[in-house]
Amino acid sequence: MPTLLIILPLALLLILNLPLLRAARRVSFWLCAVLALAQVVATATHMGGLIPDLGAAFDPYIVLQLRMTGLSEVVLLAIGIVVLASLFTARAMIADHDERFKFGNLVILAMMGLNGTALLADLISLYVFIEITAVSSFILIAFDRDSDGLEGSFKYIILSAVATAALLASIALFMMVSPDTSFAAVRAALAVSQHSFYVNLAAGLLLCGLFVKGGLVPFHWWLPDAYSSAPAPASVLLAGIITKVSGIYALIVVSTSILTVGGAAGEVIMVLGIVSAIAGALLALGQRDMKRMLAYSSVSQVGYIMLGLGSGTALGVAGAVFHFFNHAIFKSLLFVNAAAVEGSLGTRDMDRMGGIASKMPVTGVTSIIGFFSAAGIPPLAGFWSKVMIIIALWQAGHQTASVVAVLVGVLTLAYFLSMQRRVFFGRLREGLGEIREARMSILVPAVSLALITVAAGLFFKPVFSKIIMPVGEMLVK
Amino acid sequence: MIDDLVVNAALCMLMTAAAIWTVVTVRLLRAAIGLALTSALLTIVMYRFGSPLAAAFELSVCAGLISVIFVSAITLTSRLSSDRLNQRESEVLRRFWFLPLLVIIAGVILYKTSIPIEIIAFEGKTAAQDDVRSIIWNTRHLDLIGQIAILLAGAIGVVLLFKERKHG
Repeated sequence: MPTLLIILPLALLLILNLPLLRAARRVSFWLCAVLALAQVVATATHMGGLIPDLGAAFDPYIVLQLRMTGLSEVVLLAIGIVVLASLFTARAMIADHDERFKFGNLVILAMMGLNGTALLADLISLYVFIEITAVSSFILIAFDRDSDGLEGSFKYIILSAVATAALLASIALFMMVSPDTSFAAVRAALAVSQHSFYVNLAAGLLLCGLFVKGGLVPFHWWLPDAYSSAPAPASVLLAGIITKVSGIYALIVVSTSILTVGGAAGEVIMVLGIVSAIAGALLALGQRDMKRMLAYSSVSQVGYIMLGLGSGTALGVAGAVFHFFNHAIFKSLLFVNAAAVEGSLGTRDMDRMGGIASKMPVTGVTSIIGFFSAAGIPPLAGFWSKVMIIIALWQAGHQTASVVAVLVGVLTLAYFLSMQRRVFFGRLREGLGEIREARMSILVPAVSLALITVAAGLFFKPVFSKIIMPVGEMLVK
Repeated sequence: MIDDLVVNAALCMLMTAAAIWTVVTVRLLRAAIGLALTSALLTIVMYRFGSPLAAAFELSVCAGLISVIFVSAITLTSRLSSDRLNQRESEVLRRFWFLPLLVIIAGVILYKTSIPIEIIAFEGKTAAQDDVRSIIWNTRHLDLIGQIAILLAGAIGVVLLFKERKHG
């Protein structure tokens, strides 16, 4: 299956763009959606051990250095779900068929880059596939060709260039001490040269590059502009999965496969996690723009993931992986809802909204589910992942970080309640009497994502024992 | 006979100067020439450091092909008035006067501190010593597929961002 997850998106892209197959453009949305759905079904059934890996038949013919682990499966599932949500949002928000076709092309390319990143165990290949996603993202952010989008895209390009330079310099330094750039070889080389200045510099550069990609404080300033200025379906993809995989997933993999979790790298990750969780929540509190508030909330939630990872225990890393998945789902849900609200009201300014839940009941209810999960309210999925991280921090002797995580949860509740009150609750604001519920293309992903959030919380016990905890134990081992 | 170290240091300094010029100049054509010059100097550095194939790639793609594309694109743009250009140039000078100074100070600090190289190298051939041809054609198929995808993304970007919209 790993081979197909790389080859099929590329093949679909080439087929859709063949001059003789212009008719295929009309059904391009459905072809892209089927591909993403196939990834969701294949990964979910493979995780549950329901069916054998049918795609494995192709693996011997196309030799690519890919590996499928429990962590990859969780990430691939999240990628498939968020890509589907983004495609459906694009169907509702992009009216022009030709523009929608181009958007689909970029999403498929980004999906290929994300899949590759999730399946690789080699530093150079990791860099190449992160770049595929990054180049697609630059164009997706500037998709509308307005000045905000171009500015957001430009900022992302500049920061990405800094991250790229750090990653490449790090790889070059590792190549001086390692027989190849596979994770295993670099880890072995690090064990021999662990006190070398240059090896530590390489590790530091690698972490810095990924901190930038993941939008952690103080490398976060590109993120609110990129998320808020991108068109709605691109925001879903960016906030839901792109920065998570390019930055945070890569950090999880690098810190568990190459560096030593719980060592000096763990301390750095822990400190940045605390700073990001607090700063992101405080900055989110003061926002009027709905998407900017969600963007700062992402910075804060990523801080939680870093706290779990930095704890260095199996429970903490498992909590980080589960929060990674949960955050991908509930943040995509909240951005889909932001698209629905923006589409109906024509604004993202929360001070010009109010009481719209009476006109948009489905959007209102799914929004409550999304923010309850983000704030860690039981029994939703976000509650369980936060509890896992807080317990792991306490057990590992990081009581202060554990208390900070609880307090940031309160702050999260505060800014989401403020958003909910300003946008959905209360009396309907004057002039909004004519607004209607969002189109079915937006409601389908919103309801689906809300159901996943509820289901992952209600069925936490089997999810924890069969999927999440084994992943945490594997990564720490 | 000039010491190799002096030549390499001079080349690196020239390359840095060309890169700074590329970034701070307000005229697009000069920026494109500055980038080509930076690439050409990097080509010489790569060749002197024993990577002739990488040098050939750098020269043909970065200094050659990309410069041609940039110059072609610049011919499609319109010039700023000379007053506006002069104003922008003085603004840039005011804002970035410290950049060359910063590079010189960084160079002096690096030279004076002489950070010890204490890598305990792998006992055998390291990744940096592999033959480029073997790396490209035998061991990095996946990266070649990745490069194709990046090129496709770039092509879609050009078509999308530079094409006139049908509506508005």
